[in-house]
Amino acid sequence: MSEPVKSRLSAQGLTLSYDKQTISRDLSVEIPDGSFTVIVGPNACGKSTLLRSLSRLLAPGKGQVVLDGQAIASMRAKEVAKQIGLLPQTSIAPDGITVADLVSRGRYPHQGLIRQWTATDEAAVAAAMEDTGITELADRGVDELSGGQRQRVWVAVALAQVTPILLLDEPTTYLDIAHQISLLDLFARLHRQGRTIVAVLHDLNHAARYGTHLIAMRDGEIIKEGPPAEVVTEQGVHDVFGLPCLVIDDPVTGTPMVVPRAIVGDSVSA
Amino acid sequence: MSAPTQQRHSVPEQGPKTWSRRTNPRATVVAGLLIAALGLLTVVAVGVGDYPLSPVEVVKAIFAGVDGGFASTVVLEWRMPRAIAAVAFGAALGVAGALFQTVTRNSLGSPDIIGFTTGSYTGVLIGVVLVGSSFLSTSIWAMIGGLATAAVVYVLAFRQGVQGFRLIIVGIGITAMLSSFNTYLLLQAQTEIAMAASIWAAGSLNLTEWSQVWPALILLGVLAPAVWLLARPLRQLELGDDSAKAHGVPVEPARMAIMAIGVALTAAVTAAAGPIAFIALAAPQVAARLMRTGGLPLFGSALVGGLLLLGADLIAQHVVPAAVPVGTVTVVIGGLYLIYVLAQQARRSA
Repeated sequence: MSEPVKSRLSAQGLTLSYDKQTISRDLSVEIPDGSFTVIVGPNACGKSTLLRSLSRLLAPGKGQVVLDGQAIASMRAKEVAKQIGLLPQTSIAPDGITVADLVSRGRYPHQGLIRQWTATDEAAVAAAMEDTGITELADRGVDELSGGQRQRVWVAVALAQVTPILLLDEPTTYLDIAHQISLLDLFARLHRQGRTIVAVLHDLNHAARYGTHLIAMRDGEIIKEGPPAEVVTEQGVHDVFGLPCLVIDDPVTGTPMVVPRAIVGDSVSA
Repeated sequence: MSAPTQQRHSVPEQGPKTWSRRTNPRATVVAGLLIAALGLLTVVAVGVGDYPLSPVEVVKAIFAGVDGGFASTVVLEWRMPRAIAAVAFGAALGVAGALFQTVTRNSLGSPDIIGFTTGSYTGVLIGVVLVGSSFLSTSIWAMIGGLATAAVVYVLAFRQGVQGFRLIIVGIGITAMLSSFNTYLLLQAQTEIAMAASIWAAGSLNLTEWSQVWPALILLGVLAPAVWLLARPLRQLELGDDSAKAHGVPVEPARMAIMAIGVALTAAVTAAAGPIAFIALAAPQVAARLMRTGGLPLFGSALVGGLLLLGADLIAQHVVPAAVPVGTVTVVIGGLYLIYVLAQQARRSA
């Protein structure tokens, strides 16, 4: 933390809980503008919970999420939705809906009571489908698509919102490796176009390869934060996941790559 | 209000237009056909009876106005109120069903299933049997009973927001309890009162005068803009709570408002005509299959609901040997429909 980073979106002193179970206490974080921030950590470390609070889906018990100096809890929901888009972990496609119709639902925050559908909406939907490579599928039913295609449709729904900040909650889960990589490449492209992206990812190697800023969490706390090369180290991985490993340069991208060793106590040791 | 925001990717002004969000040709055509069918059936409905009129005579009588002689009196004063009531009430029930099924994300989530109908009957029975009020105020007792039941079901199903499945389960439980309570009240009542209450409970469109139809029509007219306002948040709720919230919908208030409007629509109909089952259940599903829209179409549900109830009332009045209350017919049709839905689901899961 040498010089202060510019940050439109930040969280200050959050206490986050579900029902009576507290996940995080006094959690503060700043999302650097223009970054591809990836939140990593073991299962149930609170990474999705943090993302949900950043996107207004979970109201913090204490503390606040701040967007452009204003607490998002005090802002109008639609105003927040014009700045922050979210790809949720689970969404439902209504029976029989077409791709274009579903993507157009992302325009909701931009529509008023009277002004219902304009050329701007139409153009934003077309651009979202273009960016995600699903223009050809526009008239197809969402229920006839493959898992990978469907996830692209949901990304397009979030893109149609046309927000400078995009949050992604485990976007690659349940997809095969080829679809994971093509989706991550898409996110990298969206990032290069100028969006700030915050993603929760399970795969550390993906995080190190695509992220520009990593947030490593454990037990609801942020353990380490910074560029991949600083966070994904042998010591760092051990601190966060309790996993002994070798970190080498990714032969393709030169980013850190984790090669796990056997966990101490198991029969195979290195 | 908002200009296209600062996004660096280029927004194509008018790309090759292979699709348009606004037009769903099939839905438009189906809506047109349904409206035509509704018009035709209305003409038929006001034509049949002890004083039969051909469709041409009906149309002439309508255009002749109130002073157009006996035929006009028959059409406009005697038969039209009932036909209009059938269309409007059917439409209201169809919309109420679409609202409830969308919010609960379940094709069984209609006001019938979650206890509203049984509750309004309980209200009527309490009013007539226990309090001993006249049948004139049945509407009010039905309203109170139905709204109270809906409120109780909502509160009991509430746990950090209301979830569709819990709402249905709680509704079925409350319905079962109220049904047995209704039976108990009927057994306590004198025979004539019990008979009269049972006739109300069958659901009938035996409205012979405009004055009996107007109050419900006005109430429905007031609710229509509210439905229109809630249509877009409703379409967002279809995508799941997380997506809806991310798009800026206040999910829980929106859901509560949608259910309140659904209950109010049902209440207006029930107060005027008694409980009419299954229209709310079937109309949205039929409309969705005909129009192939994403989700349950509100306007389509209204059209199909109107058509179903008008048709059912025609059958109830003229097709079965002795005229029966329309509620009886909708129960039979609805029962067949329910068997069809269950059979289809069983086939899909097999």
